[in-house]
Amino acid sequence: MTEHCDMALLVQADFDGELDAAQAASLAAHREACPICRSTYLELQQLRERVRSEVTDHRPSTALRDRIIRQIAAAAPPAEAGVSVARPARVRAWPWRAAASFVAGAALAASVTLMVIPAGQGPILAEQVVASHIRSLEPGNQPGVISTDRHTVKPWFDGKLDYAPPVKNLADKGFPLLSGRLDYLDGRPVAALAYARAKHPINLFLWPDHGPDAAPSVSERDGYTVIHWRRDGLALWVVSDVETSELESFVRLWNASP
Amino acid sequence: MLDFLFAERRAAKIGMASPQPMASFEAIALPHLGAAYNLARWLMRNADDAEDVVQEAMLRALTYFDGFRGTNFHGWLLQIVRNTAYSSLRLNRGVRIVSLDAAPGGTDETEAAIPELPDPGDDPETALLHERDRQLLDRLLERLPVELREVVVLRELQELSYKEIAQITEAPIGTVMSRLWRGRRLLTAAAGASSAAEKTA
Repeated sequence: MTEHCDMALLVQADFDGELDAAQAASLAAHREACPICRSTYLELQQLRERVRSEVTDHRPSTALRDRIIRQIAAAAPPAEAGVSVARPARVRAWPWRAAASFVAGAALAASVTLMVIPAGQGPILAEQVVASHIRSLEPGNQPGVISTDRHTVKPWFDGKLDYAPPVKNLADKGFPLLSGRLDYLDGRPVAALAYARAKHPINLFLWPDHGPDAAPSVSERDGYTVIHWRRDGLALWVVSDVETSELESFVRLWNASP
Repeated sequence: MLDFLFAERRAAKIGMASPQPMASFEAIALPHLGAAYNLARWLMRNADDAEDVVQEAMLRALTYFDGFRGTNFHGWLLQIVRNTAYSSLRLNRGVRIVSLDAAPGGTDETEAAIPELPDPGDDPETALLHERDRQLLDRLLERLPVELREVVVLRELQELSYKEIAQITEAPIGTVMSRLWRGRRLLTAAAGASSAAEKTA
């Protein structure tokens, strides 16, 4: 595939069965006339044959399957009826090999690999927040709604989330609102609001969390500052590469803003 | 980016309102374990890390299962597996996953990213052994940048549609297409170079 034809992605889509009949027919006509596309199609076929016949078919071990079955059983809530409103216990996997180094008896392993921690806490979530922030900076990840007007951004979330996130524009305080989008954190869809400080992007993630209010706590991760707090029934996470003091002032302004 | 989930959630709300019972999680999830592990194995590139990722992803899925109202459990689970794997890659290795979307035409930058060919070894005999290794494509696939590797795995090995891959990787379909194209080009070029080397050996 050293030579190019502008139709390459269409040839590929045809090869993958992604074109409708009309598109496929017009592409077939093009291929008749284009030796590059004919050879592209052939190469795609040859690669698929090789990949499907030669690449190892990795399958889960029965040991893994058994561990997962045990974990599911261990994490299942008690059988009593009447408490069905409660969410299942939030459980996290203790890193398997770290646990294994502590635990000699394999029989014990299933019970100690589960660790119940409070909602919205823990390094895993902070890690997810940073990962989402980085992902949002990648080209090709378009925001859902681009607007500096909170009256445009807020209604955009209607019907996309099962809660109405507060949207505040802090432009007059030096943190203009840029856009809103959906993200996925803590196992649920969340509202993500993008702000800027000078040229630095700031992402604020928020979702309902009915724990008690919690003061902002600051952590650093991969060169990013992450601040988490809980207020008025919302869990809030903000992440950026701005100075920590600036991000703290963002949090104060957000909390103070109506 | 997750519109498909919400569309399904909205649709499901009209119909069944009650969450699916926890007891059924095992029955629903286990049939997807193979695909979940396969994806994790190719993302993490070793069995131990892949098992860690699948275990954690299954627990996350279990934890949030009562919030899942969609019909595409397979895509939902693979998305969790992928997110878990990416977190693990960043957490454990300090790997910064660099986006490769800057060169959609696949020109110089892509060529520069061609995975290194297997080390031919110290002498011609060793080289021959390496080149004839049936695991050649495994190694080439493992050397693809992760964002290209995952789309190739999901398309060629798991035979998912562009739409499904876009959902799992949280990327637009156009991005899926260009990543798939570049992943395949790199594999074809690298495998072709190896075969050519074998013939002349």
